[in-house]
Formats: sequence, structure tokens, C-alpha cells
Amino acid sequence: MTQPVQARVDVPRAIRDAVIAGLVAFGILLPLIGLQTTVNIRNELVLNPRPVLLAVMVAFVVTISLVMSLVVQPLAARRAAIRPDGASVRAAQRRARFAKIAIPFALGFAFLFPVFVIALGGLSGSVKWIDNFGIQILIYIMLGLGLNVVVGLAGLLDLGYVAFYAVGAYSYALLAKTFGFSFWVLLPLAGILAAFWGILLGFPVLRLRGDYLAIVTLAFGEIIRLVLINWVDLTSGYAGISGIPRPTFFGIPFTANDDGFAAVFGLEFSPVYRTIFLYYVVLCLVLLTAFVTTRLRRLPIGRAWEALREDEIACRALGIDTTKTKLSAFAIGAMFGGFAGSFFAARQGFISPESFTFMESAMIVAIVVLGGMGSQVGVAIAAIVMIGGTEIMRDLDFLKAVFGSQFDPTQYRMLLFGLAMVLIMIWKPRGLIATRDPTAFLHERKLIAAKFVKEGRG
Amino acid sequence: MSRRRVALPPSTPAAKTFESFGRPHGGRPIGGPGATLRGEGRVDMEVFVQQLINGITLGSIYGLIAIGYTMVFGIIGMVNFAHGDVFMVSAFVALITVLVLSTVLGISSIFLTLLIVLIVGMLITSLLSWAIERVAYRPLRGSFRLAPLISAIGMSIFLMNFVQVAQGPRNKSIPPMVTDVIVLMDRGNYTVTLSYRQLIIWGITALLLAAFWYLVAKTSLGRAQRACEQDPKMAALLGVNVDRTISITFVIGAALAAVAGTMYLMYYGVVSFADGFVPGIKAFTAAVLGGIGSLPGAVIGGLLIGLIETFWSAYFSIDYKDVAAFSILAIVLIFLPQGLLGRPEVEKV
Repeated sequence: MTQPVQARVDVPRAIRDAVIAGLVAFGILLPLIGLQTTVNIRNELVLNPRPVLLAVMVAFVVTISLVMSLVVQPLAARRAAIRPDGASVRAAQRRARFAKIAIPFALGFAFLFPVFVIALGGLSGSVKWIDNFGIQILIYIMLGLGLNVVVGLAGLLDLGYVAFYAVGAYSYALLAKTFGFSFWVLLPLAGILAAFWGILLGFPVLRLRGDYLAIVTLAFGEIIRLVLINWVDLTSGYAGISGIPRPTFFGIPFTANDDGFAAVFGLEFSPVYRTIFLYYVVLCLVLLTAFVTTRLRRLPIGRAWEALREDEIACRALGIDTTKTKLSAFAIGAMFGGFAGSFFAARQGFISPESFTFMESAMIVAIVVLGGMGSQVGVAIAAIVMIGGTEIMRDLDFLKAVFGSQFDPTQYRMLLFGLAMVLIMIWKPRGLIATRDPTAFLHERKLIAAKFVKEGRG
Repeated sequence: MSRRRVALPPSTPAAKTFESFGRPHGGRPIGGPGATLRGEGRVDMEVFVQQLINGITLGSIYGLIAIGYTMVFGIIGMVNFAHGDVFMVSAFVALITVLVLSTVLGISSIFLTLLIVLIVGMLITSLLSWAIERVAYRPLRGSFRLAPLISAIGMSIFLMNFVQVAQGPRNKSIPPMVTDVIVLMDRGNYTVTLSYRQLIIWGITALLLAAFWYLVAKTSLGRAQRACEQDPKMAALLGVNVDRTISITFVIGAALAAVAGTMYLMYYGVVSFADGFVPGIKAFTAAVLGGIGSLPGAVIGGLLIGLIETFWSAYFSIDYKDVAAFSILAIVLIFLPQGLLGRPEVEKV
């Protein structure tokens, strides 16, 4: 502490800024919010003025502007002035101690989740909970962890990740329907096929970096989706593929028949057994992904990925084969995407190109970015908050009462995802979990604070 | 050259080619018009001329959007991913303004309507783009390399879903504004037409490009803009307000996108919240093809992409026309990253 803190609040300036913000908001929102276009009975487009909503939103913008300049900014300035450089490291160490206790708890909870749900909601009522919350979230965690290899570790922004998810899903669907292979044979096969596609699409983009790489991967993702739509003979286009064989419990199907799972184990038939089985399958896949990535980080290849993320030119100067490094990141990320895709197809029993749009890619990128690129715990937290949050919103009846029966939280989900991506970039560009666990260290393992990691510059 | 008052029939190749334009998610497969046209024979020349006219019109729209990409990339080196959605918002602003003018104020003059819609659209879209730059991009200068792109992607998702929530997910259509066409060639079963709509689009594009060229080449504002593009630090030392110049760059790009949005609405008569994505990518392809950072390159790239798209739809396969556009994007970025008129980028440590 060398200087006294001078966090003065400039009230006239804050008011002036708020007024400007209000005027700009009014100008932009006047047509978009103030005048809604609706179709009348004669199928003509008419305007439906909404002055109250407009006023509320402008007032909201003005309030945000005032709060920002009167409260948040002085506070942030004061904290930045008070906090010496070591403090963020100490905070990170505190968090690491907390994580040491919290992570086993979280894992235990994940393993016992179906038991809790069944204990609370009974056998039949719990299907929806395990499916919507458990499996849904775990699929996104898996996708986030897979993309994390490419974006978080190797620093290659991939906007077409959903293509590998689609490759996995379609490989399972087509091979299972045509040749009748089982889920356990096709799961690794789908991963291998997706990894193959990862290398195939990785080759042309090797020379690109940063923004251009992101745009080209986006183009590849869209091309694959458009081919899935238009190659009707193979994929049946928009109609999608239905009747995909469901996974069995080591050969025992989850049906109500005599040789079904319930009958064999002497239980009363219920769809919940399949859901629970699927939950544990995807949980194991997630843990496998997390374990493999953690180990890979310690291998030379993982260190090469992170070196590549930090500085590609330095990497090359040190003799790291950037081609091999990039391709392996693409392939391994794609492989996990393929696993997730084949699981998705097996769980749904139906797939169509609608599930593999750019928005899906953007959502996975958002999960990785919000969680803190490179942090596995961060990815898991972001997926739980974002996916679980909207699932909860879907169930809250009072929201329907407030916003009307048309209220659909999935629309707001993407709205919030987009907003969160912008806000995270502004305030915490390193994501929610900003610290790194170093893989190479002298004497003792020290955490690296966000301030000292330059990730993502590569 | 005879003039006729006929509404553009929906079965003309123009209408068919453009029907599925910019509908990435709600798209529906449409039978390729190429097959029916070629089956009739002896109209090769006419088909070619018609596609040329349609392609130039589409290319004008792409070119205007591409300028926004290329200018922003030139000055701060970021891909403004939200630009396509700014274009979509401008089409919505135009739609609402047209409705206000026709239903509330009762103005029926096409010229006056178009003028007011253009001005209002440019003003509001500029304001939006200014606000976006201020809120989402400016705080990120000096952050890590991918931060502005990620923020722009977030902004793009936000704008798309904001319009969906605010205005509803359905396609919004208005009755056609100008329906007259000029018949250029008439060979019994196939007529080549140039609609007044297309003429207006060509005229406005040419006029605005001239004004824009004057602004960049001859005014002090344009000089400041070019100076910041070459070396922002040096420009700042010489007294150029870099922040303001960057803001103005965003505003100019948005104003041109607003013109494109207005013409898009006038041409197709329909707009939906998802219409920003694919035209945005195609315009970015145009900017890259022309050489990113180069203004004439953006216009030439736009025209080329427009022509490639229409000819591809007419002669090959309309289902795969977006695949063609995305492939061009990938191919150009991989093999010709400096584009047709751009300077090759040299990376220094």
C-alpha cells in the first residue's frame, strides 16, 4: 500500500452517462420493443404498441448505468488498489483447499443422485428428474470437457464442434440400424470415426490461427449439417432417423418382456431402470473423459498443447511439431464429441439435423468459456448452472403466470448464454474458475493466479 | 425494351432462387429450378442474363454488409461476428418503419417511404452498433486474442434471441413495395426481366458506395480512419482520437448494413430473426474473398459471392448452395488468406 485510495464518485458525470444510455436505449428499443409486429385475423402484419414495456426497459438500462458508475466501478477501483499481487494467489489457494473437500463430495453426490431422486420422488416420478437434470447436464459436461481439450488446452477456438457430436450420433444410428451392432461395440467405433473426422477437418486448418480458424471450423460444422440435411438417401434429411436401437444391460434389454431387465432381476417393470442405467453410463463416460484429459495434460503431448496455446511461434522455435500437436488436440476433442454423440443417439432413439445446429456449438463454446477455458471443474459448474438453470425455469409455474402461458425458457436460455458470454469476457475473461493447476513445477505445486496466466494468446 | 405492369410471378427463377435465401434453420428444400429451365432448351442465353441480373442484386446486398466486416477487421483486427445480426435488426427496423408509415401515417409515396425508411434504419442501426462497440468490444482492447471474437459471438446470439423474444419467432412479411418489371428479352417460354426493385437496389448501392468512397478518400474523417488502420499508436500520437475513429468505423459499417437490410426487406418482403446468420457468413466470405481490410475488395467479393450463389443455384443444385458458400469461405481462408486485393499478413514476434 503506497498510495491512499482515491475512489471518488463523480455524480454529475454518472447522471450524464445514465441519461445518454437511456436515450440510446430508447432509440434502439423504440422500434424493437415499443412496436411489436403481430399478424391479425386477416393475415396482415399490424403494429402492437407496448409503451409500458418500453418504459420499463429504458428505466432498467438507466438504472444499470447509474449502478455501474456510482457503485460497481468505484468499488472495483478500490479493490484493485488495495489488493497486492499476492492476494489473488492466496485466494486461489483458499479455493484449492475448498476444492479438495468439495470435489469428492460432488462426485459422491453425482453417484448417489438417482438414489436421492427415487427416495424423494418415488420410482415413476423420478424418470423425468434423472433424465432432464442428470443425463442432460452430464451430456453437456461431456461435450464441454471434450471441447475443452481443443479450446482450453490447445487454444484453438472450434466453432464447429457439434459436427463431431453429429458424426458420433449418426454413426451409431446408421450402424446400429443397418448392421445391428450393439451399443458397446459402436461407442468406441463412433469415437474413432469422430476422431478420424477431427483429423480430416483439422488438416486444412493447420495453417490458420485465431479468428480465421474459428470461422473455418464454423463453416465445416455447417457444411456437415447441410450434408446431413440434403443427403436424404443416407440420413433421411430433415425427417431424421428414428427407431434407433436402445442400449441393453450387457445383452438384457430394458423391455417389459419376459427376458427384459425387470423380469430377469425379478423386479416390477418400470422405465426408470433404463434411465438409471443410462445415467450411470454417461456418468462413467464423463469421468473417463475427465480422467483421460487430466492424465494427458501431464504427458508431453498435453504440455505441447498448452505451450501451443501460449505461443505458437515459440513452440515452433523449441522444436515442437505443431502439426502433430494440433491434429492430436482436434482428434481427441472430436473423439469425446463422438462418444457423447453416440450416447445421445442411444438415449434419444431419434436424431435429426435439428439437434446439430450452430447454436448447439455456440452453447458448448459458451459452457467452456464461462467455466474458464482449461478448467474441468469450471466446465462442470457452467454446464450445471446453464443447463440445469433452464430446466428449472421450465418447471417453475409462477414464471408462466408472470410472462404468460407462451413463456418458453429455451428462448431466454440462449439470450442469457449470449449475454453471459459478453459479460464474462468483460469482467472475468479467464472464466469462473480462473486458476490453473500447473503440471510442471519446482519443489512444490503452486497455483497460478489468473493474473499470471496468459492463456488464450496463442 | 417494352415495359409492362406485371407482378413478379412466383415461378420466375428470381423468386425461386431467393425464396430460401438466408433461412439457415427453418430452411426447406426447394426443387431446383435449373432442371426445369434446362429441360426447355434454347434459352441458355436468357437464363444466363437473368441469373446475372439476380446475382448482381444479391451481390450488392452482400457487398454492403461486407464493407462493415472489412472496415472493422482493418482497424481493430477482429471479426465482428455480430455484424450479420446487426443487418437482421436493421431489416426489422425497416419493417417496423414501413408499417408505421403505411398504417399509422398513411404515406403511400414509394419514394418518400424508401427515403424515410433508409434514414430511420441507418440512424437506429448506427446507434445500435455504436452501443455494441461501446459495451461489448471497447472494454476488451488489450485482453487476450480470442476475447473480442467470443464477445462478438455472444452479442450475435444475444441479438438474434432478443429479436426472437421481442418480435416473435415467425417470419414477418409485408406486401411487395414495387412490382413493376422491365422485360429485357422475351423468347416465348422464358422472359428475362429486370424489376424496378432490382434497379432501385443497384442505384442505391452505387450512390452509397460513391458517397462512402468520398468519405474515406477525401475527408479528414476518412484520413483519420485510414491512419488508425495503419498504425493506431502513431495516429494517437499525432492527435487522432482513436477511440472515436473506431466508433465511427462501427457506425459507418452499421449504416451500410442498414441500407442492405432495407433493400433485403424490399426485395424479398420477408424477414425473420434468424436471417442474420447465413447472410452474415456469406458477407464475411465476400470480405475475405476480396481481401479483408480492402474496401473495393469487399464490393468485388460481394458481387462475386452473389453471382456464384445464383449461378450455382441455377445450374447445379439449390440444396447445396450454402455448402458452396461455406466451401468458398474455407477454401479462400486456407489457400488465399490475403484474398484478391488484400495485402499478405506478415506475422512478427
